[in-house]
Amino acid sequence: MISFQPDFCEIALPEEGHYSIEDYGSSKARWCSGCGAHTILHSVQKLCEDEQLPPEKTVFVSGIGCSSRFPHYMKTYGFHGLHGRALPVASGVKFRRPDLNVFVITGDGDCCSIGAGHWVHGIRYNMKMVVLLFDNSIYGLTKKQTSPTSPLGTHSNTHPRGSVIPPINPIQSTLGFPNVSFVAQTVDWKPAHLNATLKKAFDHPGLAFVRIVQRCPIWMRDTYEPTVKDPNALTLLDHEDGILLDEKAKSTFRHIQEHDPSNLIKAREVAELVKETTPIGLFYQNKNAIRYDEYGAHNLGISVEERMGAINTLMDRYAI
Amino acid sequence: MISNPASQPSETNRFERTKIKEAVIEIVSDSGEGAQKCGQSLGAISAKMGNGVWTVEIIPAEIQPPARSKAGASGIRVRMGSNKITNMGDHADLVVALNEQVLYGRIDQNAYKPGTYLLIENKWATHTEETAIAYKESIEHFTELGYHIFEIPMEKECLKHVSDAKKGKNMWVLGLLCNLYDRDLEIAANQVKYIFRKKDEKIIQSNLDLLYAGYEYANENFPMHFTIPSKLSEEDYVVMNGNEAISLGVMAAGIEVCSMYPITPATSATHAMAETIESAGGIIHQAEDEIAAIGFAVGSSYAGKTAVTITSGPGIALKTEFIGLAVMAEIPLVIIDVQRGGPSTGLPTKVEQGDLLAVLYGAPGDSPKVIIAPSTIEECFHFVILARKLAESFRTPVFVLTDANLATGVQPFPRPKIKPEWFAGPIDQSPWKDGVKVYDWDKNTGISKRPIPGQKGGMYTLTGLAHDEDSHVAYDPAINQRAVESRSRKLAALRETLKPPTIHGEEEGDLLLVGWGSTRGAIEEAAERAREKGAKVSSIHLRFLSPMEPGLKDIFSKFKKVMTVEINYSDTVGNPLITEENRRYSQLAWYLRAQTLTDIDCLSNVYGQPMSPIQILQRLEKELNLTLID
Repeated sequence: MISFQPDFCEIALPEEGHYSIEDYGSSKARWCSGCGAHTILHSVQKLCEDEQLPPEKTVFVSGIGCSSRFPHYMKTYGFHGLHGRALPVASGVKFRRPDLNVFVITGDGDCCSIGAGHWVHGIRYNMKMVVLLFDNSIYGLTKKQTSPTSPLGTHSNTHPRGSVIPPINPIQSTLGFPNVSFVAQTVDWKPAHLNATLKKAFDHPGLAFVRIVQRCPIWMRDTYEPTVKDPNALTLLDHEDGILLDEKAKSTFRHIQEHDPSNLIKAREVAELVKETTPIGLFYQNKNAIRYDEYGAHNLGISVEERMGAINTLMDRYAI
Repeated sequence: MISNPASQPSETNRFERTKIKEAVIEIVSDSGEGAQKCGQSLGAISAKMGNGVWTVEIIPAEIQPPARSKAGASGIRVRMGSNKITNMGDHADLVVALNEQVLYGRIDQNAYKPGTYLLIENKWATHTEETAIAYKESIEHFTELGYHIFEIPMEKECLKHVSDAKKGKNMWVLGLLCNLYDRDLEIAANQVKYIFRKKDEKIIQSNLDLLYAGYEYANENFPMHFTIPSKLSEEDYVVMNGNEAISLGVMAAGIEVCSMYPITPATSATHAMAETIESAGGIIHQAEDEIAAIGFAVGSSYAGKTAVTITSGPGIALKTEFIGLAVMAEIPLVIIDVQRGGPSTGLPTKVEQGDLLAVLYGAPGDSPKVIIAPSTIEECFHFVILARKLAESFRTPVFVLTDANLATGVQPFPRPKIKPEWFAGPIDQSPWKDGVKVYDWDKNTGISKRPIPGQKGGMYTLTGLAHDEDSHVAYDPAINQRAVESRSRKLAALRETLKPPTIHGEEEGDLLLVGWGSTRGAIEEAAERAREKGAKVSSIHLRFLSPMEPGLKDIFSKFKKVMTVEINYSDTVGNPLITEENRRYSQLAWYLRAQTLTDIDCLSNVYGQPMSPIQILQRLEKELNLTLID
């Protein structure tokens, strides 16, 4: 935040209290060159600026893995915790702090493997937060092991002759969890779509789950390079209630499919398409799903006198 | 309005009663017959009369073991006396058994002695042929063992008042016991009304009828009637078990998030607060698993909300990684561990003190944390409040270690007066002081103050990686050394504020007993009884396990021998392959030996039973070559 206005300055500086994108950037990101996480970081910082989120009221919670270094590169509050456990921590942060903007940064190993139990229940709790799944389909930080989203046959250091079990489809799985309220998919190399998706996710009154298909230039170059270059690889899901793109951005897509995000059954069908093409856009949204953070906040602000009274009433039951 | 029936006994003291100082009574049955309700009521009535009371539940591992099985005893022991009672005592004086088979398990556990009165339901004598034979054999066997047997037609007597004796037999037994031990019938009736307060009047009335009928039956059919003098205190008292005390402690500590996953024997603490906690400013979060339960609490605490997680040994094992994170990133957190028998799933309903070393050392790297252990039901309440305070002052996780014996043991204690300062104030949202680092480790104490999300200028990223004062990831050797030192120094700083433990008995002598947790009552009673017989035995009881209370080495040096008393395993020298050199010591002994370089022995076992004074006295007789047991 810029807090002074030097009188010799000729350009108009933003007003006091206005945050610029630099206000969200911390140290230089140490991801590999060409890693998709760089563009996501920029896009998230842009979202913070667009929404003018006070950095002190914003918390990024992550697990462990390449993506989970993310909070270190934000000048907000951050929690770089344990492998797979970002969701329980973030849920604990949000439960009784409705004033905080909570983001979860997780990877495919973090979310869909070691933390898969929390993924199911985190979706079910449906607390207002944005969950970004950085999915590069490989374990990067530990140097190329098969991830739960690695395509069948992926050659890795744990499966040199190719992986042997079909991968998890995170979108399809999430759409099957109870109380799911927002599921979207985007890719790191389509900034307009990425930005619009983040904006839509942030505005959602509940848990917004966004899978971001992400390039790993080091371990998965052969998988992503053709996808990035192939105009047929992506199908844009389009709807007036979905992710809105301007005509120019839309024109970069060869395949556009109409999909109504209020239709859960249809969303699950569209999620199946992944075998031929990657559908990106908003799969499902329900703004009225039960929110556990509203329950968590329902009794905030009770006075000490009231609290003591309640305890004393219970203690009366044990009195002799 | 419930009227007292005509059958209400009018004369309550028509015969001579033997005045006794205390009595140990058991009620045992198959699961689901209400034995525990009966014993809890007897305990509550006695506490209300001003007697000292300790009750301990006898719990089978299954919810409903097969009926009439030898190991399936479900029930309760009630020890009540003229003075304060601190433990379950030695052998039972009188037992009510709703079937004879469940007595076998208790006899195996050495719960009875020759002369113990066994009041046994006699309906089994005329049950199926097989049962009748088993019954007859048992009665003969018990007679041979020297027990004093009364065969009682409980079912038959109850059927005079209700159509289904299964419902209410326990209240008939309660009435009988109230007479045998001279309990105040009006207090007893009020207790029955309280138990059934949510039921309709007909049910309350029929249970009162049974209470009075049992009382009346005891007038005629027993040669022994006792009275236990009591003194009503001026002070207000409450009576509850350790888990209930913890639940009240959690709320009185101003805890805002209680995050848990169901596990025996810890979870009844959560049950006890469930109805009230939301009016007391907190919420229970039942997480999807043990790991998420602590993760959620850690997240809440990071965001400035006071948090607790409650679990037992297997839960601690799962939470270990988060405990390490809380140490590393210095997150205040109260972790309550109601210990049960281990390892693995172990003895879910039974007592052990086997989590001590797991909690102390069970994390990779050096992870110092505070560990405190209540030794009474009353301390279960107060130690949660203390734990929260320590967690915040020292920016660290704090363990409260209790066990299955404290969890279910019931004891009266002075009613705590809730104080407003126990509650957390609103979280600090004032701007973070410019230039103060996130881990501004004090050179002398290691203590630093943390920013809370919402505080302007305090933004930092908490990490479980090695970090510097700014919470920046740092693998620099000197920074890591300093960071680990600072976290360790907090324990030394806390230790500076502690006093040496109080010595019960003389400050020097032949033998010092050292205990921690729920064994205190048994240890102090045994030592006292031994001293009455001339033994030079003293005892200390540790409340702080980490950091250790100061002065231990000095105290130990004044005794010829030091011995821990704990419900833990140790090898016995003389058993196959076991020598002085390879012997594995029980946990507290191991720890104290390392800390004080004193040759400390241990009295320890893993029977899953609370320690009784007589077990300790038996060992003291051997150690001191004295006769201490009458």
